[in-house]
Amino acid sequence: MEKFSEQKNKFDDVLPENTRKTFVPQVKVSREIKLAPPRYRNEIAKYIIRRSDDDCIRCGKCVNVCPYDVHVLKPGYKYFASAQSHFCKGPGCEKTDHYCVALCPQGALRMVENPMMRALGDFRWTADMILATWKMATTGDSPSEDYGFDYQCGDSGGGFDRLRFKFPDKPDVALNEDDIDIGIELNRRNDRRPCIRIDVPWYGGGMSFGSVSNVTQLAKVRGAAAWNTFSCTGEGGYMERMKPYDDYMITQVATGLFGIREETIQRVRIVEFKYAQGAKPGLGGHLLGDKNTQAVARMREAVVGIPLFSPFPFHSVYSIEDHMKHIDWIKHINRRALVSTKVSTPTDVDMVAIGSCAAGTHIIHLDGAYGGTGAAPDIAKKNIAIPIEYAISKVHDFLTSEGVRGKVTLMASGGVRTAHDVAKAIALGADGVVIGTAELVALGCVRCSRCESGRGCPRGIATTDIELAAKMSVEWATQRIINLYNAWRKELIGILLRFGMRSITELRGRTDLLIHLDFSNDNMQKT
Amino acid sequence: MPKKYHINTTPVPPRLPRIGKHGIVDWREDCARCHNCVKKACVYDRHRQETEYIRNLKDVDDLFFDCMGCFSCVQDCTKGLLSLTINPVYEQLGNNYWTPDIILSTWLQAETGKVPVSGAGYKGKFSGPGFDSMWTDMSEIVRPTRDGIHGREYISTSVDLGRKPAVLSFDEKNLVTAQPPLISLPLPLIIDNRPHGYRLPKLEPIFVETAARTGLISILDADQWPLENIDEDRHLPHVAFFLRPDSPGVPREVLKKTKLVEIADHDGVITWIKKLKDMHPDLVAAVRLKLDSHGVERAVALAQEETMEVIHVVADLNGNEIGAENPRFIKDMIRQIHTTLIEIGKRDEVTIMAGGGIALAEHMAKAIICGADLVTTNLPFMIALECHLCDSCETGFSCPAKLEDIPFDYSVGRMTNLVSAWHLQLIEVMGAMGMREARRLRGDVGRAMFFEELEEQIFGKIFGTKK
Repeated sequence: MEKFSEQKNKFDDVLPENTRKTFVPQVKVSREIKLAPPRYRNEIAKYIIRRSDDDCIRCGKCVNVCPYDVHVLKPGYKYFASAQSHFCKGPGCEKTDHYCVALCPQGALRMVENPMMRALGDFRWTADMILATWKMATTGDSPSEDYGFDYQCGDSGGGFDRLRFKFPDKPDVALNEDDIDIGIELNRRNDRRPCIRIDVPWYGGGMSFGSVSNVTQLAKVRGAAAWNTFSCTGEGGYMERMKPYDDYMITQVATGLFGIREETIQRVRIVEFKYAQGAKPGLGGHLLGDKNTQAVARMREAVVGIPLFSPFPFHSVYSIEDHMKHIDWIKHINRRALVSTKVSTPTDVDMVAIGSCAAGTHIIHLDGAYGGTGAAPDIAKKNIAIPIEYAISKVHDFLTSEGVRGKVTLMASGGVRTAHDVAKAIALGADGVVIGTAELVALGCVRCSRCESGRGCPRGIATTDIELAAKMSVEWATQRIINLYNAWRKELIGILLRFGMRSITELRGRTDLLIHLDFSNDNMQKT
Repeated sequence: MPKKYHINTTPVPPRLPRIGKHGIVDWREDCARCHNCVKKACVYDRHRQETEYIRNLKDVDDLFFDCMGCFSCVQDCTKGLLSLTINPVYEQLGNNYWTPDIILSTWLQAETGKVPVSGAGYKGKFSGPGFDSMWTDMSEIVRPTRDGIHGREYISTSVDLGRKPAVLSFDEKNLVTAQPPLISLPLPLIIDNRPHGYRLPKLEPIFVETAARTGLISILDADQWPLENIDEDRHLPHVAFFLRPDSPGVPREVLKKTKLVEIADHDGVITWIKKLKDMHPDLVAAVRLKLDSHGVERAVALAQEETMEVIHVVADLNGNEIGAENPRFIKDMIRQIHTTLIEIGKRDEVTIMAGGGIALAEHMAKAIICGADLVTTNLPFMIALECHLCDSCETGFSCPAKLEDIPFDYSVGRMTNLVSAWHLQLIEVMGAMGMREARRLRGDVGRAMFFEELEEQIFGKIFGTKK
């Protein structure tokens, strides 16, 4: 594949000076991995230790033998404090010499699976997946196998959850982690616009101020800045506090045009047209009145408390030619920007993609049917448009057969939950992915689905309520996202190491490396 | 433009304690009585509500299950005394087809009359049996589309019932083809006869009133006539009597005020229809046909009868072929009937109503895409009245939803709300598809994607044969 990064970017010299109207000093965010402990007192654990108070003689042996500080007997206290079960390694500890249950002289301890696991998570985001993501966000590393988390796949029974990688016993090439590059190029057109390269094959999806708090938005973009990737404004305007991170923001132009100004288009390196979204394909956007607070209304130039609709579709676009006009408009306003086109996944998504490619987009962003972070009608979330796994294959194959696959970057979203999903999406044909829910889970989301009304998210993530939003600090939230990204990066590198690949780009379209558990897998072809 | 179909709704709260999905288990005996108790911080104020609820408890086993499942109190309690659990009563609701989630969603719609909305994306299975194995399409950049849900353009959900002539003939001035009677319904939905266990005398006037308020039709077993408190002129146009060979006769003057009548399929059904039409030429006659192993063939055969106007095909309550060991699902049987009728050139002449397994508004849209003109359903209306589908009534036990004491206004309000919510959801999916008319949705499988086909087309060429 052509290496765009090798082309020296000298476009700053030829771009008109007025292309970028604002010059806010850009802030660097360190990529350093630091511990970011959960913000709740009682972290949910997969396994818990039950102590029989009748049998326990409070000898403290469990405290002494456990290297993970699960048992807490504070100095001067007669009784044990609540066990920190989330540190417990679970049954993996049984074979060690520090298994508290076996070592307790009174047999007062027993380990059980936490019954609350049933109440956490769902088919797509299992409880294991949520807890594992929390661990990643805490430590910056994948959870040890000892924890017993089955987090690489969900339990949906289809798509990514039925795909597995077919790893060779031994890679053809023995590589070190440092040899492996998981960055991707976003401009493949060679059109004298900047060659933007991101260091990880994903960026953050659009979540508007209104749908999420300003803390969440800011943390997302700071995490993106740390990893030299992007985050997206969503359709809710461009917060003043975002300006120090302009270089890592994507301005989204959606149908309601809330908060869109010439200036917000000119200050960024990527502008995204959102035609549709996976959570509610074909239905536009809807911010419920409760979440339209004073700050949100000011940003969107709307009236406080009034529900805000983004109509579907762009009423100025009824053809690919109209779409081309949109793209030309952005390209003329901002001569240094790449244009991304976010579409959902109808049955003719391949035709949409080729049309958008012909119209001059740099990035085609497919948002599959099962994605989405914000409020959406249940009937739309479940039933409209096809899951992203199908759409990626369909679009990749069609663009390849039309001979234009090398001219456009294909990003996929809608149900990408783990690094393994990222790798599978790429193996199916995407260049990279766009993530949303995973970032929110890293911040402590339990997917209770209550983001849509009233004061919004009770955990302070998807809310505009000042009191609830104050439950997180920007620094903590940023670190959680940085840590999550690092854990994913490591997992991706681990996958590439096993395949002996030096670059994530080598994995693109390698469906021959995948197996589907519901198929015979006797027709393995490289696409 | 016809008058826009609109249903007036008002919230109708449940009569009985709510059955939520989650509940908090609280080990109170170890509580430190700290001043920053997490219960006070509940965003939804549920802990205070629970305290009040318990104070006024009517039955000792009426537990409070209205937790929203956010884990905030569970994770923040200083002593870690709280746990979140799945409500066991919730898990016992319904059955494998009529899942607890369907029942909870229906209760919400019956209470609010609104489209259920939630955040955090889709949480269910990738695909599933029955209607869950298909997705509806949406229009993207390249297709003109509509902005229906926000009122910019009118999306019509009206459908017609009756026989339509294949061609129209004119003499020099006038139309000479006979015009069979045609009923226009504002929504492709008919309230079907209730299964035996659910037939309470008190309920029938409620169904009829709901049909009158929403402009729909409710099917009523002929042996349940006469009903109490019925305004014949207002209600009878919204009643379709179901007649079996052994049914008592419905008075002629009563039948005359109805628009639709349904006759059980039997050997003499065609003769019976002819007799009925001789007496009541303006009445549309439907034949109710069980979708058993001969159902599809029988539907196709009936459709070729010149007198046939409407065929009502009915699967079992879960949408399965009746009496089959490996039953086909109703969507597949509808597709088969629909495509066969197209092949023999009869599809546009008869109306196909499909019932059995229609549990959600999405099933209405999907059944129509598969080829039905409209659907019939009954259990969702029972669920709207807080029925658990526990079958206690079948076995003679007392009804947990206390249906025998049900208030009239409450019941009609809940059912009306449900119809409104289904109407709004149909508009949602049609708006996404760029469809302006429910009539045009019929059999338009190009507006749907089927799991089996996508797997074969997309994954089949990569991964070989499906196991």
